[in-house]
Amino acid sequence: MLAESLALSAALFTIGVIGVLTHRNAIIIFMCVELMLTSVNLTFVAFSRFYGAAGQVFVVFVMTVSAAEAAVGLAIIIAIFRHRQTINLKDINLLRG
Amino acid sequence: MISAILQSAVSGASSASHPLAGTAAEYMWLLPLLPLLGFVINGVLSLNSARFGPGDPNTPGHHPHSEGAADAPAISHAEQAGAFGDDHHAVKRHRWAGIVSFVGPGVLILSFGLAVAMFLAMTAGTMESPFVQKYFTWMATGDLSIDAAFQLDQLSMVMVLVITGVGSLIHIFSIGYMRDDPGYPRYFAYLNLFVFFMLVLVLGANYPVLFVGWEGVGLCSYLLIGFWFSDKANADAGKKAFIVNRIGDFGLLVAMFLLFANLGALDFVGVNARALQLQAGGALVTAICLFMFLGCAGKSAQIPLYVWLPDAMAGPTPVSALIHAATMVTAGVYLIARSAVLFSLSPVASLTVAVIGAVTALFAATIGLKQWDIKKVLAYSTISQLGYMFIGVGVGAYVSGIFHLVTHSFFKALLFLGAGSVIHAMHGAYHRTHSHEDAQDMRNMGGLRRFLPVTWVLMWLATLAIAGIPPFAGFFSKDEILASAFERAHGSTLASATWLGIPGSTLLYIIYALGLVSALLTAIYMTRMMLYTFHGPTRTGAQEEGHLHEAPWVMTAPLVVLGVLSVFGGWLNLPEVITDIIPLGARDMLGHWLEPVVGSATARVSAGEVHASVTVEELLILAAIVVAVSGIVFAWARLKPARLVRKRDAVAEEGFERVVAEKYFVDEAYDRAIITPTYAVSRNVLWRIVDNGVIDGLFVNGSAAVARGFGWMGSRLQTGNTGTYAWVLVIGVVAMLGAFTLR
Repeated sequence: MLAESLALSAALFTIGVIGVLTHRNAIIIFMCVELMLTSVNLTFVAFSRFYGAAGQVFVVFVMTVSAAEAAVGLAIIIAIFRHRQTINLKDINLLRG
Repeated sequence: MISAILQSAVSGASSASHPLAGTAAEYMWLLPLLPLLGFVINGVLSLNSARFGPGDPNTPGHHPHSEGAADAPAISHAEQAGAFGDDHHAVKRHRWAGIVSFVGPGVLILSFGLAVAMFLAMTAGTMESPFVQKYFTWMATGDLSIDAAFQLDQLSMVMVLVITGVGSLIHIFSIGYMRDDPGYPRYFAYLNLFVFFMLVLVLGANYPVLFVGWEGVGLCSYLLIGFWFSDKANADAGKKAFIVNRIGDFGLLVAMFLLFANLGALDFVGVNARALQLQAGGALVTAICLFMFLGCAGKSAQIPLYVWLPDAMAGPTPVSALIHAATMVTAGVYLIARSAVLFSLSPVASLTVAVIGAVTALFAATIGLKQWDIKKVLAYSTISQLGYMFIGVGVGAYVSGIFHLVTHSFFKALLFLGAGSVIHAMHGAYHRTHSHEDAQDMRNMGGLRRFLPVTWVLMWLATLAIAGIPPFAGFFSKDEILASAFERAHGSTLASATWLGIPGSTLLYIIYALGLVSALLTAIYMTRMMLYTFHGPTRTGAQEEGHLHEAPWVMTAPLVVLGVLSVFGGWLNLPEVITDIIPLGARDMLGHWLEPVVGSATARVSAGEVHASVTVEELLILAAIVVAVSGIVFAWARLKPARLVRKRDAVAEEGFERVVAEKYFVDEAYDRAIITPTYAVSRNVLWRIVDNGVIDGLFVNGSAAVARGFGWMGSRLQTGNTGTYAWVLVIGVVAMLGAFTLR
């Protein structure tokens, strides 16, 4: 049971990573990051079933943090779009050295 | 209050069982403290006037006796305003001159009084071991523990009496000589400080305390040579003395390190007790002694480090008398006598000392033959006489070396102070007539006996003493050194040793011969100096003659005392062979006195010596007398003061005479061989390559370039493209995971 859960979680995480790496749209990348967070949550829950409730506590924390992160992240994306009329990461390279 | 603290510290520390406990010797810490007090008082007065007073000693200008820059006396005539009849120069005495004249010599006289009291306490009983007073622990690290401690024994007592006695006379003389100098309090402050360090040097109970005094007298020598520092030549002479002495001090330091590393002790009592652990004649004790002698060669102006002493004549003449003739330059002789146990264990080092001494004695004497500056003659004479002392301590006749040190301090101080009196008169005369002639050049003197009769008589006494005419002081001491060198050649540890492949006994005969030739030359150049200065016609100038006059009593009185000492100083150590013929008094007084200090060392060196018969000893004395007399007669017959011309009319010497007059071009040779290459290496290698290339180029600019390069590479990573960052992050995580899982 644990193995299947972990495999699903790994698959979801990998999909998230690939999404982050391959896409240029900030919204899609943002969603992929959320997917990665969710896959981690799934891992915590799977472990908590066998090793106690600590994993579930962490899930609550992760969800709280990811909610906050979603708020801040979306706000940034909106600000960038207002500023540059694009959310294509290829065009946003102010920090280039 | 300080003295109360010291007093309590001392009473707790001194050993109650020693015969000197509870006598005047308990106050030996006061000996150096008195001159130190004088230094503080005079120094404060000097600083005070420097800030607020009129006669600021730090302003260049009126120098009553500017010496050194002989061709252009540094007298600023513009500064002297007003006309006061005959003496039309308004001389501004220093505002504190009165107090300084009282404090400066006063502390020395008090010290001398205390020294005499200590001497009387010592003569009251017999003492075999030194009286050591420990004040506090100076340095304690690991096995090394060095005390700030003084020790009094027969040897340091002799030195203390010479330093404070002759020092007092020279201080008194200075009152007259330096009277009109704007730096009067500064002068006495330095002089007092010198005496303080000199007393620390001879009273120190271990090598580090001795070293403090050793460096301190070097500092004071530097300060006093460059006393008239507004003349660059004088300041340079001071620097030269200081730098040359550093070379020697390096040797003394290395000797101290070796001593501590191998014997684990640095106090004299401990070193003397443990020295016998060292293998006699071994490489280690020889190395220690040779390094120590390097220090002595620097301080006592022996080949190859003698070059600073003639230049040191740039200082005021009483300084030359005190520091560069009577006391400081004899510190090397004292150090070898103090370390007699070590030197007696190394025949090779002892022979080195004697050879260097003999060669220096001859070498300096030849240069003295062709000098025109009256102080330069005396400077080379001092180097030569110091060479004699090193022959003495080198051949293991430590008593003779110290004996010559004492008599030399009498007659050489007298000669220097006499020369000071001559320069005082000459300078005064030239000063009043606004002449720019050289006041120290003998070609400008001549016939001065008519103007300076007291100085003339007394300087002749000193000349006879240094030339070795009986019964004057120098005769006994010089004869004893030469006789010792001769006798050691007959079976002693030195005679059986070899030095650079030369058998010791052959070498000792050569040393004796060199000493005898130097004695002849000494008689010649001293007579020459006296003839050219005091006899014949006066070449000073018709106008100037009227201004020549004898020095005031405050200057002549010390001369008289030194004159008496120069005549009777030999009585300190009359040889048996003389007292057998003429009953002059007790014999070998100094020898008996120093027996507890150097007796065992002397016995070790002279072990197996076949005593020369009375006839041989008499012949040696006869030879010494014949040499001295013939030197004087030769000079008197050959030199014609009447034929001399004044300095400005003199023609340059030629051929070998020029080589001698130019001091064998040793300074020039050192310049070519050491100074120029040092400059070249500094400029071309150290500056251009090491500093500009390596330090500035490689280290400073190089590290900046490296930082800039890494920064450039780092900045390339910052594409600003979030996708790239994400890729890098993922690759990093995968790599770390891979590393952890595969491990």
